[in-house]
Amino acid sequence: MGVISNGTTLLDAGALDSGIATGAMTLLSTVTASSSATVSFASGITSTYKEYIFKFYDVHPSADAADLTVNFRDGSSAYDATKTSSFFWAYHSEDDSDTTLNYASSNDLAQGTGVQPISSNPGYDNDQACSGTLHLFDPASTTFVKHFMAVSNSTEPGNYSINSYASGYCNVTAAIDGVQFKFESGNIDSGTFKMYGVK
Amino acid sequence: MGLISNGTTVFDAGAMASGFGGSMVFIKKLTASSSSSLSFVNGSSDVVLDSTYKEYVFLYRDIHPSVDGPNLQVQFNDSSSNAVTKTSTSFYAYHAENDGTPQLVYVAGGDLAQATGPQPISLDITNQDDSSAVGYLHLFNPSSTTFAKHFIARGTHMHDNIAVLSDFYAGYCNTTSAVAEVVFNMQSGNMAAGDISLYGIA
Repeated sequence: MGVISNGTTLLDAGALDSGIATGAMTLLSTVTASSSATVSFASGITSTYKEYIFKFYDVHPSADAADLTVNFRDGSSAYDATKTSSFFWAYHSEDDSDTTLNYASSNDLAQGTGVQPISSNPGYDNDQACSGTLHLFDPASTTFVKHFMAVSNSTEPGNYSINSYASGYCNVTAAIDGVQFKFESGNIDSGTFKMYGVK
Repeated sequence: MGLISNGTTVFDAGAMASGFGGSMVFIKKLTASSSSSLSFVNGSSDVVLDSTYKEYVFLYRDIHPSVDGPNLQVQFNDSSSNAVTKTSTSFYAYHAENDGTPQLVYVAGGDLAQATGPQPISLDITNQDDSSAVGYLHLFNPSSTTFAKHFIARGTHMHDNIAVLSDFYAGYCNTTSAVAEVVFNMQSGNMAAGDISLYGIA
């Protein structure tokens, strides 16, 4: 059944008409981790959207102080796209004894194919986790490199608040068609990951 | 009554089915007018700030102080209106209109260490007629009773040294109680003008 109002088709065949205004940010997929080695978005990343946003909520590690990381798939089955990136962070201890804002070269990549850290050192105490956002721009382009930007906050095992900023590009002209999250060691004990498309 | 088209539920129980509407859902807009504070309280005045969404975004626009130089700040309360303990980081990029003192620095005056006081999100806003502060604050999963509640704020404003200040704040509410109230105010004086909108991320 369709719905037509004053001669205008509002919806038909199970979909809103393309001329109907809706929100510009569309939830595409949700993955809930449970002792998961990886969380992968292996489909749905296409030319439909110019930007994809990944949200991660209360991601809790099985291993203490393992960075939450991301990697990108560029046409094969492996998540190993070549990347160059920058990374900086601010942190502050709960006892107010230590504050820092600096570039963290241990978390950047220079034409590396390994994982990109996006949230630093979340602890595995029961109330510790990390939350944040990753933007991936125009992953279907076969002309340009594919840029990404991430921001997050984490509770560190030594009782620090860590605010992490990672950005860079997949230095490939092949399309990026998959995104995978994992901790640098151990599993993702729990957490929610969501993928959105932005018109 | 629901509406099913070609086997797909489009509307049911008074709501559009998941996947049809946008994922950034407007909840509430508050407008300041010589206001001592703007408060978003779950369950009050149509505000939703609970497990309905995993993330809430507050957009603050053209917040103008009544006096020169106060901080715009935010407080997170539990369901009993008690301010929760917070640890946070604070840094900014600064550049004066006269091209002076460009810098990127950590600023201890904007962070908190296990404190219950308000969290600054814009420091030293001038109250020149054309001055204001803008930005957004993300609050992650405030209804969790397991984890600390993370927040990230990013803004920019005109500093009282007549400079642009680009603001970066983040931290966590170090409590396993749910956060049910978010209150914005100025460190001194009031919010002469501006508005703050609350969105849920579905």
